[in-house]
Amino acid sequence: MAIKKHELSVEVNGRTVRAEVEPRMMLSDFLRHELGLTGTHVGCEHGVCGACNVMLNGRSARSCLTYAVQVDGAKIETVESLGTIDKLHPLQQAFWEKHGLQCGFCTPGMLISALELLEKNPKPTREEIVDHMSGNLCRCTGYQNIIDAVAYAAELMAEQANG
Amino acid sequence: MSVARPLPHDAAPLHVTGAARYVDDIPAPANALHLAFGLATIARGRIAGMDLDAVRAAPGVRDVLTAYDLPFDNDVSPSLHDEPLLSDGTIHYLGQPLFLVIADSHLAARRAARMGVISYEEETPLLTIEEALAADSRFEEGPRIYQSGDTDAAIKDAPHRIEGRMELGGQEHFYLEGQAALVLPQDNGDVVVHSSTQHPSEIQHKVADALGLPMHGVRVETRRMGGGFGGKESQGNALACACAVAAARTGRPCRMRYDRDDDMVITGKRHDFRIDYRAGFDDDGRLLGIEFTQYVRCGWAQDLSLPVADRAMLHADNAYHLPNARIVSHRMKTNTQSATAFRGFGGPQGMVGIERVMDHVAHTLGRDPFEVRRANFYADRATRSAPQRTPYGQTVEDGIINALTDDLATRADFAARRRAVDDWNAANPILKKGIALTPVKFGISFTLTHLNQAGALVHVYQDGSVQLNHGGTEMGQGLYQKVAQVAAARFGLPLGAVRITATDTGKVPNTSATAASSGSDLNGMAVKAACDTIRERMATCLAERHQAKPGEVIFEEGEVRIGGETLSFALAAKICYENRVSLSSTGFYKTPSLAWDRIKGEGRPFFYFAYGAAITEVVIDTLTGENRILRCDILHDVGSSLNPALDIGQIEGGYVQGAGWLTTEELVWDGKGRLTTHAPSTYKIPACSDRPRIFNVALYDNENAEETIYRSKAVGEPPLMLGISALMALSDAVAACGAGYPALDAPATPERILAAVQRVMGGT
Ligand code: FES
Ligand code: FES
Repeated sequence: MAIKKHELSVEVNGRTVRAEVEPRMMLSDFLRHELGLTGTHVGCEHGVCGACNVMLNGRSARSCLTYAVQVDGAKIETVESLGTIDKLHPLQQAFWEKHGLQCGFCTPGMLISALELLEKNPKPTREEIVDHMSGNLCRCTGYQNIIDAVAYAAELMAEQANG
Repeated sequence: MSVARPLPHDAAPLHVTGAARYVDDIPAPANALHLAFGLATIARGRIAGMDLDAVRAAPGVRDVLTAYDLPFDNDVSPSLHDEPLLSDGTIHYLGQPLFLVIADSHLAARRAARMGVISYEEETPLLTIEEALAADSRFEEGPRIYQSGDTDAAIKDAPHRIEGRMELGGQEHFYLEGQAALVLPQDNGDVVVHSSTQHPSEIQHKVADALGLPMHGVRVETRRMGGGFGGKESQGNALACACAVAAARTGRPCRMRYDRDDDMVITGKRHDFRIDYRAGFDDDGRLLGIEFTQYVRCGWAQDLSLPVADRAMLHADNAYHLPNARIVSHRMKTNTQSATAFRGFGGPQGMVGIERVMDHVAHTLGRDPFEVRRANFYADRATRSAPQRTPYGQTVEDGIINALTDDLATRADFAARRRAVDDWNAANPILKKGIALTPVKFGISFTLTHLNQAGALVHVYQDGSVQLNHGGTEMGQGLYQKVAQVAAARFGLPLGAVRITATDTGKVPNTSATAASSGSDLNGMAVKAACDTIRERMATCLAERHQAKPGEVIFEEGEVRIGGETLSFALAAKICYENRVSLSSTGFYKTPSLAWDRIKGEGRPFFYFAYGAAITEVVIDTLTGENRILRCDILHDVGSSLNPALDIGQIEGGYVQGAGWLTTEELVWDGKGRLTTHAPSTYKIPACSDRPRIFNVALYDNENAEETIYRSKAVGEPPLMLGISALMALSDAVAACGAGYPALDAPATPERILAAVQRVMGGT
C-alpha cells in the first residue's frame, strides 16, 4: 500500500532542499532521518521538552509537532547552522565555557530558544531569560549554568557588536 | 596539573554544535529495520488469545515475534530470571511487552504494534502496598530486619513518644534521551550492540543469552547517554535483546527506541515507599529508640529491588546516631512497572523517613528542628571520643556533619532568616514561609561487594598521544572528563594529549554498572594503575639510558626530565618504543576494606561517607497550596574535588531533581493499573522557573580520609538528597498555619499541601 508523497521545497541552514515526504512525517524526523541533521533531538514528541526546537522563519518552533509538509517554502535553521567547532557562535561558546550542559541532550533546543531570545532582546534581564527558557526542559543541570550561559552569551554578542 | 581544575565537559564542543552522537543518531545502513513492542492493556491475568494478523498485514511490517519465536533465553532480568522479554502467557503489569514488531520504519513499527487483538483472562491486580500485604505478595520470604540495641525497651522507657506514617511517591527518571539500542550483525553470528546503557557488560551478558552465544560473540559500545540517573542500569536490556534477536533473524541491522509514552509505561521508576515509625526521645529531642517499618513497592519483577531496599535500610539513620534502632523492610510484589535503580538507590527514601521523624519530634517538643537534628548528629571525626556505630555496625570514622552544618548555617545566615520567617508568618495570614536545614550522609560503595571493581586499558602511541578506555559510562556526569584529567596528570600531559574512547566491552571486560556514584572512584583508580604501569616502564627505560634511577625521572608539563636533560613526552615515547618497551597496559582496582553480610545486616558495606547539607526557604499560598522555592544554600563535601565545576553541576542538578521528586513529580495509576501520568504533559519535572530564585552552592573543603583517587569523593547521588530540605521547609510553612503536625506526604503537591494546611488548622 503506497502512501501518496508530497513534494517539498525548503531552505535548511541556507541550502535549498527538495524532497518527497509522507504527509504525516514530522519535521523532526525529516531533519534527522532524511537530511541527517541529528543535532535536533527528540525528547518527548509531545511539544513539552523543547529538545527538538528549530528556527522556522526566524522564530523557534517544535519540530516534533510540525509536519514536514507544513514547512514547504519556509526557512529553517537548526543547531548545525550556528557555528562550527573552529568558529563557534557566542551562544555555543558560552554554553561550553559556563558548563551549560551535562548530558547535552537538551542543548541544541536550549541554544535555539536562547538564540530567539537574544535576537529580539539582546540585553535580557535574568528574569526575562528564565521566563523565555522555561519552555525547555533539562533533567541534568538544575538550569543554573544554562541561565548563566545565556547571560554570558548576551555579553559576548554585545562585545562582538561593539568591537 | 590537570586534576582539581574546573575544566568544561570534554564533549562540550560536540554538544553545542549538535555533533555529539547518541545511539539513535548513529547512522545505520539503509536496510536497517525498526522495532516496537505490542503492550499488555491489562495489569494481571493470562493471554487467552493473540490475533496478530492485522499487525502482520500493516504497511511496512516485515515480521512479528512472540515468546515462542525466541531462539534462546526469554529473559531480560538483571537478577532473578523473572523478566521475560516477551510475555510467556502471563501478564504481570499494564504495559508489559507481548509481541515484537519488525518494520521498515520506526513509525510503521509503532503503528502496527497497536493493531494486535488480544483477549485476556483477567485477574484482579495487586496495585498498592496494602493490596500486596493483604495477599502476602512479596520478594524474599519475609521482612529483612537490621537492628542494634534494645529498641522496644528504649522507646518504652523514653520520656516522649511519637508514632506516624508517611507515604512517599516514586519518580520517573525522565532522562531526556529515551531508551535506545542498535544491533549490527557481524560475521560468524556475532553482533555489535550500541546501547544507551549504564551497564554495557550486562547488555553483553543478556544479549549473549538471548542469542545462545558465548559473551565473546557480543561486543557492546556506549559512547554517551542523554541522561541515565539509574534508569539505564537494567532497563535497556529489553531493547538490546529485541534488536539482537531481530537482527539474527533477519540478518539486517535493527534499531529500537521507545517513544516517551512507551518509555514511561514500560520501564521501571523509583520505588515508592510507605514508612511507619515509632520513636522515643528525651526533652532535647535526642532519639533513644526508633523503629522504622519500610514497605517497598517493587513492582512485578525483582530487578534491583533487593539492594535498593537494603540501601533504604542503610540510610534510615542518615547523619544521626541511633543507638537503639530497628529497621524492618518489606519488599512487596505488585502488578506495576518493575521499580528500578534511581539516583540514590533507596537511600533517599530511607533518609526522608528519619528527616520526617526529626521534624515530627521537633514539632512535638515545640523546638527548632535544626536543634533537634544537631542533638542527634554523629560526632565529628575531630571531636569524637568513642567510636559510634551505625545500626548495621559500621563505625562512622569520617564524620564532619556538625562542622559542615555549622559552617552552612553561618554562611546562609540561618538563625536570622529563621527569625525573619517566623516574623513573616506572624504578620501574614495567607502566604506562609518555611525554612529547613537538612543534612546528608551517604554511603559510598556497591553494597554487593564484588561489584566494587573496575578495569582500564591505556595506550601510549609513539607520537606521545594517549588513548584510554575504562568500564565507566558517560551519561552527562563528566566521568570521561574526570578520568582523562587523571590520566593527563599521571603522565604530566596537557589534557589535549589524552583521548578517551567509547566504553567498549571488547576493550575492558566484566565491568560493573556506572552506578552507586562509583564511576570516578573505581575507574579513576583503574586508569591511574594502568598509567602508572606504563610510566614506570618508561621511567625504567629512560633511567637506564641516563644511568639514573627510575624514581628520578619526572613527568611534567608535557615533558620528561632526567638529571639535567629534558625531552618532550613524544620523544620519550618514541625512544621507549624503539627500545621495545610495551606502551600499553591494563589497570585494575578493587575497593579495599569492605565486608558486608546483607542477610544479617552487619559489617562494613561502605568505603566512606559523602556529606552535605542544604537550607531551603519556601513560601506557600494557604488558599491554593501553591508554593515556590525562594532560596537554597548548599554546602557539600566532594573530598578534594577532581573538577569543581563538574561537581557543582552535579550538586545543582541533584538538588533540583531531588526537590522535584518530593514536590511536583507525581505518578498516578488508575484502579486498573494504568499509569495515567505517562507523558510530560501530565508528569511535571522541574522547569527553569521552578528552580530556587537564589541558589548558592559551595564545596566543603575536606579531603577524603580514605585513599581514593586524589582524595576525592563520589558526587553522583548524594546531592539528590539535599532536596529533602525542600520537603521539610514546606512542612515548616504548613506548620505555621496552626497547632497540628503537618504530616506531609510526598510528593508535596499543591493538593497535598492544601489538605495538610486544613489538617493543621483543625489542630489534629
Ligand atoms: S521533542 Fe519536541 S518538544 Fe519534546
Ligand atoms: S544536559 Fe541533560 S537534559 Fe540538559
